[in-house]
Amino acid sequence: MPAPLGTRIVAARFGDERAKTIAGYEATGGYSTLKKALAMRPADITNEVKTSNLRGRGGAGFSTGVKWGFVPAGSKTVHLVCNADESEPGTCKDRELIYWDPHLLIEGMIVSAHALGAIHNYIYIRGEMMREVVVLQKAVDEAYQKGYLGKNILGTGVECQLTVHRGAGAYICGEETALLNSLEGERGQPRLKPPFPAVKGLFGNPTIVNNVETLMNVPAIIDKGGKWFNDLGMGRSGGTRMLCVSGHVEKPGVFELPMGITFNEIINDVCGGVWKGRKVKAVIPGGVSMPPLDAGELDVPCEFDALQTDERIKPVMVREGQQFDLGGGRALRTMAGSGGVVVMDDTTDIPKAVWRIMKFFAHESCGQCTPCREGTGWLEKVSRRVADGTGKPDDIDLLASISHGIAGNTICALGDAAAWPMLGFLTKFRADFEAKLRKRAA
Amino acid sequence: MSLEFSADAQKKIAALCERYAVPGGQGKQPVVMAALHLAQKEHGHLSDDALKLVAKTLALPYAHVYGVATFYTMYRREPAGKTTIRMCTNISCMLRRGYEVLEAFEKTLGIKRGKSTADGQFHLVEEECIAACANAPCAVVGTEYYLDITPDKVPQIIEELRKKPHPESEVV
Ligand SMILES: Cc1cc2nc3c(=O)[nH]c(=O)nc-3n(C[C@H](O)[C@H](O)[C@H](O)COP(=O)(O)O)c2cc1C
Ligand code: SF4
Ligand code: FES
Repeated sequence: MPAPLGTRIVAARFGDERAKTIAGYEATGGYSTLKKALAMRPADITNEVKTSNLRGRGGAGFSTGVKWGFVPAGSKTVHLVCNADESEPGTCKDRELIYWDPHLLIEGMIVSAHALGAIHNYIYIRGEMMREVVVLQKAVDEAYQKGYLGKNILGTGVECQLTVHRGAGAYICGEETALLNSLEGERGQPRLKPPFPAVKGLFGNPTIVNNVETLMNVPAIIDKGGKWFNDLGMGRSGGTRMLCVSGHVEKPGVFELPMGITFNEIINDVCGGVWKGRKVKAVIPGGVSMPPLDAGELDVPCEFDALQTDERIKPVMVREGQQFDLGGGRALRTMAGSGGVVVMDDTTDIPKAVWRIMKFFAHESCGQCTPCREGTGWLEKVSRRVADGTGKPDDIDLLASISHGIAGNTICALGDAAAWPMLGFLTKFRADFEAKLRKRAA
Repeated sequence: MSLEFSADAQKKIAALCERYAVPGGQGKQPVVMAALHLAQKEHGHLSDDALKLVAKTLALPYAHVYGVATFYTMYRREPAGKTTIRMCTNISCMLRRGYEVLEAFEKTLGIKRGKSTADGQFHLVEEECIAACANAPCAVVGTEYYLDITPDKVPQIIEELRKKPHPESEVV
């Protein structure tokens, strides 16, 4: 049965001060799944996760069980790394999850590490999350003291080491191969893929990188079964979703919501509607890397596949008559991304908002690939002059052609992350850009 | 002038060197980020001498340490005010008057973004998204978050921070 509104798996302890200590976490059922999992065969844990249809909550929505299965059989040294770098604008769930329930993340990591046979494991936490660094380190220390971490967990002979690694300010370190470089003490620049981390990752060993929310779902899956989790979801996406709703709604917030909830329901039923009695103009569905939805596209559910394929969402265009090609003629609509839902009302200056997004990407490009380094700089510069009313007549076409030149031509997905929303906004809000240019001409 | 780490920092670095499963047991390079955080805490900013100290402590080439220190935005090569105010102006914050709040910080402190006050108390940074978007506009100051800020609340925030500063070094 699909999860009803109010179902809480990862956010169950939000607002519950008890979870701040290990004793309180245990008193609310914590670390009981760990005992069950340590008695299971690792392959059985992975199978349960496959059955659950848990999909990565970090951005790409890839099947977690399938990814775990990519670790070559018989690998001697494997690592599990939790991606807690959360810095995608509009996204603020991982930080809340760590703050309210750090031990659920640790438990999820121990269970997952057992499935992978991973002994030396790491949490890469964003440098600016100073409060959460303190919370997490305290929780890890407690878990060591209690024997949930260490050489011989609860006398089972299983070893699990967990180290908190603090970043120092760089959005790109959320990209998994940049993250691994940063963890190795290098500059945080992405690596060429393949090889993928599951085959050759941290220190050259097979490595699984998973998002905070992804790993926090694992204990419930092992506790109640993969089928239970899958049934809560929708289509090929199991479980619930953490969504961070920000911008022009009456009651913004971080919510655990059913997979099948639509954007109209999120805005109106969960968040009290658009603020000041206004109407919605645009919604970014999953962090600023994702193309926007317009007011007519909000009856689509927040589920991973729906956002990619639902034909009620108009495809992103390169220019009139030319659809953006994701490969093999596949249309780009949008994606679920990292759960950052940004609502813009009908008074929003869209070109200005787009400029702020492009400023971000230009600032965060690591500079390795020319199309991304130069292209994001140009997107920022041109979108700025359009926004401030000093644009040139050809600027809309220029923005589109720069974006098209970046997309698909870079080492990592940051290039696409800048190009896709730029094209998406031009596709759906072209009139707003044209109005700015007309004002200039007049 | 050659710099040193305090005994406490040396202990922390030595303990961290045991934590990374680098093949061959040479676990020192991954500790460079933590060592830079510690050097910044103890010496205020990452001068050439501070970078040399990190290089020497971890037996890494100076060029490597320099490369890392200049890649990440939280590492400072120049001195700055004691308490860093990181004010987000990214999309969710901008949509709810984030730039006006940043300007209120500038006005109250009498400095531009990116600068420090003459008394060495404050350092103001225009920050990218700090993962508190549902409470936009917001700022993070050490372990303290300031949420749902309006421009008129800014003077009071500065007053509070004068009484109880939150230097980022308290985390390291
Ligand atoms: C530029 C860029 C930034 C990213 N930032 C994050 C991030 O902050 N947190 C995260 O979990 N994933 C982030 N990702 C996705 C990761 O590369 C990776 O896919 C994810 O951590 C895998 O975990 P999952 O399968 O559990 O989602 C980012 C990707 C890119 C291209
Ligand atoms: S796409 Fe951009 S961020 Fe990614 S590796 Fe290339 S230059 Fe760096
Ligand atoms: S956009 Fe300001 S905290 Fe996310």
